[in-house]
Amino acid sequence: MEWFLLFTIRRRREDACEHWQWRAFFRFLLAMANSATSLNRAGSLSATGDAVVKFFEWFGNLGIFCAQWVRAAFTPPYELREFVHQFDELGSKSLPLVALAGAATGIVITLSTRDSLIRFGAKSLLPAVVVFSILKESGPIITALVVSGRAAAGIGAELGAMKVTEQIDAMEASAVSPYKFLVTTRVLACILMLPLLTLVSDFFGILMGWIASTAAEPISLRLFIHNGFKDVTFHDFLPPTLKTIVFGLLIGMISCFQGMRASGGTEGVERAATNSVVLASLFIILADVLLVRLILVFFS
Amino acid sequence: MLDKQPHEASSKKTNSKNLPPAIQVESLSKSFGEQTVLKGISLEITRGETLAVLGRSGTGKSVLLKLIIGLHKPDSGSIRVNGEEVTNLPPKELNEVRKKVGFLFQQAALYDSLTVEENVAFPLRRHSRMSDDERNKRVHELLASVGMDQDSHKLPAQLSGGMQKRVGLARALALEPDILLFDEPTAGLDPITAAEIDDLILRLQKERHMASVVVTHDIHGARAVSDRLALLRDGEILIEGTFEDLRKSRDPFVMQFLNGS
Repeated sequence: MEWFLLFTIRRRREDACEHWQWRAFFRFLLAMANSATSLNRAGSLSATGDAVVKFFEWFGNLGIFCAQWVRAAFTPPYELREFVHQFDELGSKSLPLVALAGAATGIVITLSTRDSLIRFGAKSLLPAVVVFSILKESGPIITALVVSGRAAAGIGAELGAMKVTEQIDAMEASAVSPYKFLVTTRVLACILMLPLLTLVSDFFGILMGWIASTAAEPISLRLFIHNGFKDVTFHDFLPPTLKTIVFGLLIGMISCFQGMRASGGTEGVERAATNSVVLASLFIILADVLLVRLILVFFS
Repeated sequence: MLDKQPHEASSKKTNSKNLPPAIQVESLSKSFGEQTVLKGISLEITRGETLAVLGRSGTGKSVLLKLIIGLHKPDSGSIRVNGEEVTNLPPKELNEVRKKVGFLFQQAALYDSLTVEENVAFPLRRHSRMSDDERNKRVHELLASVGMDQDSHKLPAQLSGGMQKRVGLARALALEPDILLFDEPTAGLDPITAAEIDDLILRLQKERHMASVVVTHDIHGARAVSDRLALLRDGEILIEGTFEDLRKSRDPFVMQFLNGS
């Protein structure tokens, strides 16, 4: 009985506390709403409405843009020459950056995990930890973010400049589809180049991981590779590498979309370049969350 | 050049009237958001004829050209190019119409990553089955016709405004169009270069007998190159006729536009 009374009192106190918190919360919302409406009812609401409309409009336009890309990509004539040019441009210019970023990641992972593994008495697992971290996550995401920074800004700025100087209109007036010539080639180049660049990043990451590990405590490359790869399966390597196809699609599509809708002179070009990098990087990180989950579901 | 006699223009107009229209615009309207740019304008350009569209900046002259070539969609009205309605054409058919129309953009709009000869070769590479040798020969012929053969390996950034316009004109002529659209061909050029461009346009018209629409606010250039003139004001055609017709007008805006004060 005593226990029941104590429980009831405590519950009532909690309820009271909870009611008080809810009341305060609703009062706060009411105050916010009142102040917003009393200050500038029409202005605030229309500003919020405009932002919401612009948000959905952006996604709607991106959807239409993607549909145009699909149509252009699968109907002849195919701009093979321009595709090869874009593929070469993207690969050759991103390669040094990706290799450097991969190498730095390998060193950082080795140095930071070595210390932790020594504490837990699992130092022998270092090669496997380095290889697994690089193959499964660091390599693909670092590659995608580096390419996003270099290529997305480049594509956004290039197409933006072409748009504001009427070069895209001139192309359309010459009966050449800009979606086919400019967009399809760039998006396909991004899609196909990202997995290849990821392999480069993985290679340099693991190599520099070994060098960093050897610098602390000598270990032969053969033993490092053997220990690192002995438990690796194709499921650990292929899906994370191939998920960069989605990252490539995002980089190409978002940067081309931002470039093709640029307006307003130099400022518009700058906006297109900045938005391309920011949005492509953001979408890559969000897509990675989803893709990691899907890979775990289908390949665990 | 500026002393072209009015009777020459009138006789050319009479001859061209016997030919079917190259461009026919009817009740064309276009708005961008709240701003109405064109309000139901109608125009007709016969083959071999040159129409100059005049008007103050921002009156929709360039928009009219972009509507004709299908870069913008009109709100209402009809545009026929070589007898084909272009307002609702699917992309493939629209591109076939575009191959017969050359467009010289206001800032020439040369592809800045391509050299002069690559710019001129661009439409040929995509729409003709010429061998590399044939294409190179054709590109150099075109560049020679606009006096730019010596600069074929330069990039657009290495050219002056007048030279860029010449290359733009060579590119517009690459597919041997029936119609040429000029968007402010002499804007931003010094008077001597502007006169050279006007001469070039006149010579090309004489040689190729194309229908042309020249959008400009340069009344002297318009008089030099055109058979007829149309003056736009507030999205409507205020007056249309020969230069003499415009000069005879008592409308204060026309008088002010012609006299510049």
